Amino acid sequence: MTSDLSDDLFGADLADRAKAIIARYPRSRSALLPMLHLVQSVEGYVSVDGIAFCADQLDLTTAEVSAVATFYTMYKRKPCGEHLVSVCTNTLCAALGGDAIYDGLRKHLGRDGKALGHEETSGVPGEPGSITLEHAECLAACDLAPVLQVNYEFYDNQTPESALDLVKQLQAGKKPDPTRGAPLTDFRQVELQLAGFLDGRESDVDGPSAALETLRGAKIAHEKGWTAPTMPDSVSFPALPEKK
Amino acid sequence: MNNDVKPLTPVLTKRWLSPRSWTIRTYEQLEGYTALRKALEAHPDQLIQLCKDSGLRGRGGAGFPTGMKWGFIPQGDGKPHYLVINADEGEPGTCKDIPLMMADPHSLVEGIIITSYAIRANFAAVYVRGEALHCIRRMQAAVQEAYEAGYLGKDILGSGFDLDVVIHSGAGAYICGEETALLDSLEGLRGQPRLKPPFPATSGLYESPTVVNNVETIASVPFIVNGGSDWFRTMGRDRSPGPKIYSLSGHVTNPGQYEAPMGTTLRQLLELAGGMKDGIPLKFWTPGGSSTPLFTADHLDVPLDFEGAAEAGSMLGTTALQLFNETVSVPWAVMKWTEFYKHESCGKCTPCREGTYWLVQILQRMVRGEGTAGDIDTLLDICDNVLGRSFCALGDGAVSPITSGIQYFKDEFLALCDINAASTGKHALAGAH
Repeated sequence: MTSDLSDDLFGADLADRAKAIIARYPRSRSALLPMLHLVQSVEGYVSVDGIAFCADQLDLTTAEVSAVATFYTMYKRKPCGEHLVSVCTNTLCAALGGDAIYDGLRKHLGRDGKALGHEETSGVPGEPGSITLEHAECLAACDLAPVLQVNYEFYDNQTPESALDLVKQLQAGKKPDPTRGAPLTDFRQVELQLAGFLDGRESDVDGPSAALETLRGAKIAHEKGWTAPTMPDSVSFPALPEKK
Repeated sequence: MNNDVKPLTPVLTKRWLSPRSWTIRTYEQLEGYTALRKALEAHPDQLIQLCKDSGLRGRGGAGFPTGMKWGFIPQGDGKPHYLVINADEGEPGTCKDIPLMMADPHSLVEGIIITSYAIRANFAAVYVRGEALHCIRRMQAAVQEAYEAGYLGKDILGSGFDLDVVIHSGAGAYICGEETALLDSLEGLRGQPRLKPPFPATSGLYESPTVVNNVETIASVPFIVNGGSDWFRTMGRDRSPGPKIYSLSGHVTNPGQYEAPMGTTLRQLLELAGGMKDGIPLKFWTPGGSSTPLFTADHLDVPLDFEGAAEAGSMLGTTALQLFNETVSVPWAVMKWTEFYKHESCGKCTPCREGTYWLVQILQRMVRGEGTAGDIDTLLDICDNVLGRSFCALGDGAVSPITSGIQYFKDEFLALCDINAASTGKHALAGAH
């Protein structure tokens, strides 16, 4: 049912990883979401072979796996580019420029006068400089709006110009550092991290996280000497409640 | 509120300023894991009582009393118990849990261990939104460090208590922030809400008693153990005590995270955040994400806690204050939010699935200038048929911006209809005003 090529792709190493995911949970089926991320790290999308692999590992039908894979937006049904660029176009980011950023990138990445569509790819998927573009819902970085992500690393406080410059650099094979997150790799490698495998990239943990905005309240309090009320020196626990 | 309490009360956000605050080394230098040692000396029921006494209420939007939730877990039932952390932050405007997990993941880990001990759970899962990759890294690293230090695993600190924690990545679905959809998703299914009852407290993860709590809620627990319930109650108001991370975004001079006592007003927060950007006046804002009905410039002095926001006709939600100035069209903003809810409706319940589908089309038509005044009635009628008629609150949230937008800014919707009437001359009657 799988070709020789995919046997190779979904071989013993991947099966070992799948088993490691299953071992994390009290019940095996909980491993399905991370396993679908694992599958995306192989081909840059959830392929028919990838679905068969998950079904095989978890003793599910391919229909059961497909039903789950098609529910979630992060599982891609067509091969993704080297990079996935996600632009927040929810209300607040949109009002601050997110819609203009997305429109600008659509035009730039389009061909023959046709703007690139949602989840479409510029270039040959997986080849260096190829980019899949999508509009995303709120990315939970509203104090840093408008934001976009490349392979789920944050690029905060963007403008149409800065976003265009970023994408041009990605197309040229460069990997500008995110505002918050780890140095860029590619879509497939981060999917492996989402599956819970950080091996060899432990230093990614130290990538920057706290923006000026993140720390604003804490900084003001520090400068003004404002603190929460002091905790008492010793605190005893409440008495054990009587059994009813 | 206690008059001696400062305008900002950094508790959860205090360590964020420290170098490499996400490491166990920094955490332990700053009282980290001292609460765990105390908690393990106590009886689990004393911890549940402490949480009840503190008045801590869920920080994920609903404000349910946390200690009461823990107390619902049946004890001695012979079933495994589970703690699940809802870290699927995605409510538009909400951006507090992700910075917390990135800056101070160990406070959440310590809270998880104490809570698990209290409810007698030996397995806990943190369901982190998939797009929050850097949080996932930080949380995984923190859990690993906690295992190495003996705070997780078998016989934690010689107490005889065992706990395993897994960091679980979501895959892009707003609905999984709803606790029963989250549980289904964690079980490897499509993330669709369950019919309640039974509630997770009796039939949650793998049909076993489960507590589902938000990140900010559980990260508060070590501080309550160390400071006690009276200390916690020195901040905030009687029924909504404690500090709260308010997230200011949009047309404000200094957007960001501001941890202040519960009940702080937008006027006070705006003062700290340098006022409205470029001095352009405030037009509308959400007190706690897009699912909470809009407020206007008339609501600057509403105390932002669970009671205060509700009494003023909205909800505290996630204290995600999205501020919009006079340049932003309300019907446009409402349309954009409705597009979001339509996209995120899981499709399980007909009123929400179909309702959001039609609401978007009407709003898009109105924003294009092709609407009629009758569309406003249609919108409100559909909203009435969505609100309260689905398994979960997504549909309820979807109608909040529409009904509150029309309540406060009906003229703007009517003005869009006038464009249509002027260009076609056909709808003068429908727009009778």
